[in-house]
Amino acid sequence: MSTVWDKKDLLGLENLSKDEIGLILATAESFKEVSSREIKKVPALRGRTVVNLFYEPSTRTRVSFEVAAKRLSADVINIATETSSVKKGETLIDTGKNIQALKADIIVMRHNYSGAAAMLARALEISVVNAGDGWHEHPTQALLDIFTLKEKLGRIQGLNVAIVGDIAHSRVARSNIWGLTKLGAKVTVCAPPMLIPVAIEEMGVNVSHDIDDVLKDADAVNVLRMQFERDGGQAFPEQLEYFKNFGITKERLSKLKKDIIIMHPGPLNRGIEISSEVADGKHSVILEQVTNGIAVRMAVLFLVAQGQDKSKKYETAD
Amino acid sequence: MREKAKILDKDTLSRSLMRIAHEILEKNKGTKDLCLVGIRNRGAYLAKRLGACIQKIENESIPVGILDITLYRDDLTLIASGPLVRKTEIDFDITDKNIVLVDDVLYTGRTVRAALDALMDLGRARSVQLAVLIDRGHRELPVRADYVGKNIPTAKNETVEVRLEEPDGKDEVAIIEKDS
Repeated sequence: MSTVWDKKDLLGLENLSKDEIGLILATAESFKEVSSREIKKVPALRGRTVVNLFYEPSTRTRVSFEVAAKRLSADVINIATETSSVKKGETLIDTGKNIQALKADIIVMRHNYSGAAAMLARALEISVVNAGDGWHEHPTQALLDIFTLKEKLGRIQGLNVAIVGDIAHSRVARSNIWGLTKLGAKVTVCAPPMLIPVAIEEMGVNVSHDIDDVLKDADAVNVLRMQFERDGGQAFPEQLEYFKNFGITKERLSKLKKDIIIMHPGPLNRGIEISSEVADGKHSVILEQVTNGIAVRMAVLFLVAQGQDKSKKYETAD
Repeated sequence: MREKAKILDKDTLSRSLMRIAHEILEKNKGTKDLCLVGIRNRGAYLAKRLGACIQKIENESIPVGILDITLYRDDLTLIASGPLVRKTEIDFDITDKNIVLVDDVLYTGRTVRAALDALMDLGRARSVQLAVLIDRGHRELPVRADYVGKNIPTAKNETVEVRLEEPDGKDEVAIIEKDS
C-alpha cells in the first residue's frame, strides 16, 4: 500500500479516503500481534502524553484508549469533566489550549456536541482523536467493527451489512455507514420509522423496517444499543415491543439457514435489542470486537502522532 | 542518482550466503537451539535463504522468523513516507535459543539496536549473533557483525542497494551515488 498518513487528527470516517481507512486497518493488524505477546508493549510512543478528555460517561472506549496508549508506551492522563474546571465554566477551546500548554501530544475526546472534535482540532496544533461527538461520528468504533468483519470474512467489498436499531441518534451507525460504503459493502439500516433519520438514503444505504427480511440477506448485523438515556423514553414507551419486533433472537437466527455475524458496540441491553442467547452464542463476535478495539486504537494513536510530526516538520521547513 | 558499481551478482551472492551458512554452523557447532530471525524487509528473505542453505548442508531444518522493527526505531519522525507497520512473525519461543539476526546492509547500527530491543521484548535468548550481506561502514553505535557477506567501504552520499529475486525480480547488489 502506497498511501501515506499525513493527518494530525482522526475526526471521522467521512473525510477519509478508502486507502486511508485501509492503511489504519493494515496497521491495526500488525498491532494486534503486540497484544498476544508476554510483554504487551512496544516503545513507539515512548515519551508522548495522551490525554483522555471525556465530557460524557464512557468506560469501555476510555479504557480501550488507555490500554492502547499504554501498550505503545505513552503516558496517559484521564480527565473526567465532572471533576474538572469545565464545571467552573471553562470553554472547550480553553481546556484544549491548557492541555496543549502542558505539552501533551494527543487529546482523545468524547463530547456530547456534534462537531466538537473538529472544532478543537482546528484550534490546536496537537492531535485530536474523536472518541464520539454527539450524534455525528465515532470513528474508532466503526473501524474496529470493520476490522472485526474483515478478520472474520476476509473482505469488506461486496458484503451485505445490516445496522439495526436507533440509527437516528447513533454516531456508531453514521461512522459505520461512511466506512463500509467507502470500502464497497452494501449497507442496510433497519429500525422503526421514527428511529431512521430523514434522507439517510443519501448516504448510500438501503432502508428497511422488516428485520426478518434484512437478516435473510445479511452477512453481518451490527446491533445498536437502544439509547434510552438519550431520548428519555420518548420513542419507545414499551421496550418489550421493540424486542418483539426488532430484537435479535435465537428464533430469528435459527430461521436463517446460513452463517451470520452478530456485532454490538456495547454496552448490551440484554432482552431489549438482543437476547442473551444470541449475545453469548456462536454468531456473536462482541468480545472479539473489544479485543480488536485495542489494536485499532493503537494504530490510530500511532498514525496521528506521525501525522503531527510531519505537519510540524513542514511548518519549520517553510 | 547514478549506479556506480555492481558489487555482487546472482552467483557471488549465493556463494556468500552459502559461506555464511557454513560459518554459522561452525561457530554454533551444528543446528542445536539455532534459530534465524530476519529483519524486514530484505533481511527476512535472506534469513529464509540462509535457512535453506543450512538445511542443504545439515539436512535439518531450523526455525526462521521475521522481525518488524518499525515500532522500535529512533528515527520514525525522520522518515517522510511513514513506513507501514508490519507484523513480527516469530512462531517459536526464543528463550534459551541462539538467535542469528539477519539483515541486508549494516550501516549506522541503529536498525540492529532496534532489532535487539524488539527481540528482548519477545524473550531471553541465550545468545544473539548478527549476519549481514553487506557491511558498508559508518557506524554510529557500537555494533559489529559476526558474519559478513562482503565489506564495502562507501561514502556517505552513496547508498547500497540489495536487490533480491523475491521482491525485486533479480539478485544483485549495487552502489548508488546520490546527487548532492
